[in-house]
Amino acid sequence: MTEFFQQLINGLSLGAMYALIALGYTLVYGVLRFINFAHSDVFMVGSFAGFYLGRGVAEASLLNGLLVMMGAMLICAGLGILIERLAYRPLRNRSKLTVLITAIGVSLLLQNAGQLIFGVNPRPFPETFPSRTFDLLGVVISSKDIVVLTVTLALLGVLEFVVHRTKVGTAMRAVAFNPQAATLMGINIDLIISFTFGLGSALAAAAGILWAYKFPKIDPLMGITPGLTAFVAAVFGGIGSIQGAALGGLMIGVIETLVRGSRWSTWTEAIAFILLILVLLFRPAGLIGKLQPEKV
Amino acid sequence: MKRFLMLPAVLLGVLCFVTGCKPTASTSSGAADSVIKIGEFASLSGSEASFGRSSHNGTLIAIDELNATGGLLGRKIELLTEDNQSKDGESATAVKKLISRDKVIAILGEVASGRSLEAAPICQQFKIPQVSPSSTNPKVTQMGDYIFRVCFEDRFQGGTVLAKFALESLQAKRVAILTDVSAPYSAGLTTYFKEQFVAKGGTVVVEQKFTKDDKDFKAQLTAIKSQNPDAIFLPVYYGPATLIALQARELGIKVPLFGGDGWEAPELVQGPGAAEALDGCFFSTHFAPDQDSPQAKEFVKKYEARFNAKPDAMAALGYDSAMVLADAVKRAGSTEGSKLRDALASTRDFQGVTGKMSLDADRNARKPAVIIQLKGGKFLYKETVNP
Repeated sequence: MTEFFQQLINGLSLGAMYALIALGYTLVYGVLRFINFAHSDVFMVGSFAGFYLGRGVAEASLLNGLLVMMGAMLICAGLGILIERLAYRPLRNRSKLTVLITAIGVSLLLQNAGQLIFGVNPRPFPETFPSRTFDLLGVVISSKDIVVLTVTLALLGVLEFVVHRTKVGTAMRAVAFNPQAATLMGINIDLIISFTFGLGSALAAAAGILWAYKFPKIDPLMGITPGLTAFVAAVFGGIGSIQGAALGGLMIGVIETLVRGSRWSTWTEAIAFILLILVLLFRPAGLIGKLQPEKV
Repeated sequence: MKRFLMLPAVLLGVLCFVTGCKPTASTSSGAADSVIKIGEFASLSGSEASFGRSSHNGTLIAIDELNATGGLLGRKIELLTEDNQSKDGESATAVKKLISRDKVIAILGEVASGRSLEAAPICQQFKIPQVSPSSTNPKVTQMGDYIFRVCFEDRFQGGTVLAKFALESLQAKRVAILTDVSAPYSAGLTTYFKEQFVAKGGTVVVEQKFTKDDKDFKAQLTAIKSQNPDAIFLPVYYGPATLIALQARELGIKVPLFGGDGWEAPELVQGPGAAEALDGCFFSTHFAPDQDSPQAKEFVKKYEARFNAKPDAMAALGYDSAMVLADAVKRAGSTEGSKLRDALASTRDFQGVTGKMSLDADRNARKPAVIIQLKGGKFLYKETVNP
């Protein structure tokens, strides 16, 4: 029983990070209806931004950790806005497939530029947050797990607030609903889309910092695997929905951990994809996504 | 119009290529008969450059030392080195060039098993002996009877050395294994270790697996923890080894971890908490600079004087590969391929820097391995395990 609860803790803390990455996919999809495949590489850039910022930090403390995270989030928000401006905006009225392929191109560009700039060898990530472990009746909870879960919940709350309680959030939802009508109502679409990309990329950076804090070896290709898993989680929960991304991330994290701790450990990814297929067969819009017919 | 320009351009290109290659050949063609040429192909640049350079440095020391004492058979030795940039597909070309144009008597190389496997069929075809310093994959010497190695192979490292070490020195009867199923190195070591460990009376309490790119090992480690093993065997490369150690300590697993020569890199103990997490852990390798043997001490002194750094196992094996070859040339009294092969095959009790070695019927070195213990982020010699 202790083992099961330990696996649950392991799974939730892994799942929280998937959820955080999935939020970025879902946010951009919600507004623009396309999958930003470069998201997982912005996540990688976030880790490296933290790597360089973290060197300037004298000691690991909660405040320093949060400062490093804020810095990386700002840098990546800028990067996200830049990517949207240079790569996606010129293609806004083209077919969805063109934009999708461009996104894959941007992803490859970031990976290879990363290998040129940062080198191919994995680097140790500096300790920005302090770490300690707590033992609760044999179940070990690390301060890393607590930081990951708290930061994810906090960012989830902030995102909910921004999207549903602020003016800019209302504008985002309006653009998502009908861009033409939104323009007619005086909404500056370019500004809203830039903001969406900035917000999504900042979330990727936060996830990158937490990921590197938990697994302190970073390299330019580190985004691929968690990015793919988080994308699966976003679809699993219902892409376009914020709660869906959070639920999907947590579920995939827990399922992955339970499978990995069993005799079927090499089947982890296969089982995740089988579940995805099953969910899509019975609920094409994901667990809590709403089915929206495409406009023709 | 464009086509007229193309032809001279192509010709010019070909000419440049031909003349560009010439100088390397002409340096050695002057006194063709008075020198003995030995070919070396190595990863001097690219992803395995640190391994390749170490090995090359060791070889250089050996060649210079031989030349200083009069060379071989009264002739000076010339080492011709080709860089394969750690790339697949380059080694075959390099070795062909060394054999057919430079007329080398033997080939030294490589550190990586994959590239040794690439060159081996060519050496076999031309009946030129190849001596690999540090390719441990069992397949390498199975490529033909002209292919040798001066290091032990994975069957010995995983089976004999580590199984014996776990049972006798660590006193670990119940061991857990965590394998990277996507790396042949890891899967091979696991198989050989299990075979011997179980045969000698040990129990593998739980076997967990992961694949390349995995960063979260807590699920596997939690399953391992619930079985209370005496020690955990990690036949993995240094990258995952660090992360596994960190996460194991986080989960409160206190038993020692141990692995093979894939751990031997300074990166193993870099990063926050890595040195503490691995404190008191062990790995097996070919050579330790602080091991207590006159040959090792002598080599460390020479290496430090020339390169201003401590030699690692790759450097020592590079040195030994050249020395074993030189010894065979002396005993054969000839540089002819088949005679040299027979002399190499009959190498017995050769005293190298990495220990006393004999080449067995399968052309693999039978020699001791060393166990290194991690203490305070340093690699310290612990003991020697004899075959």
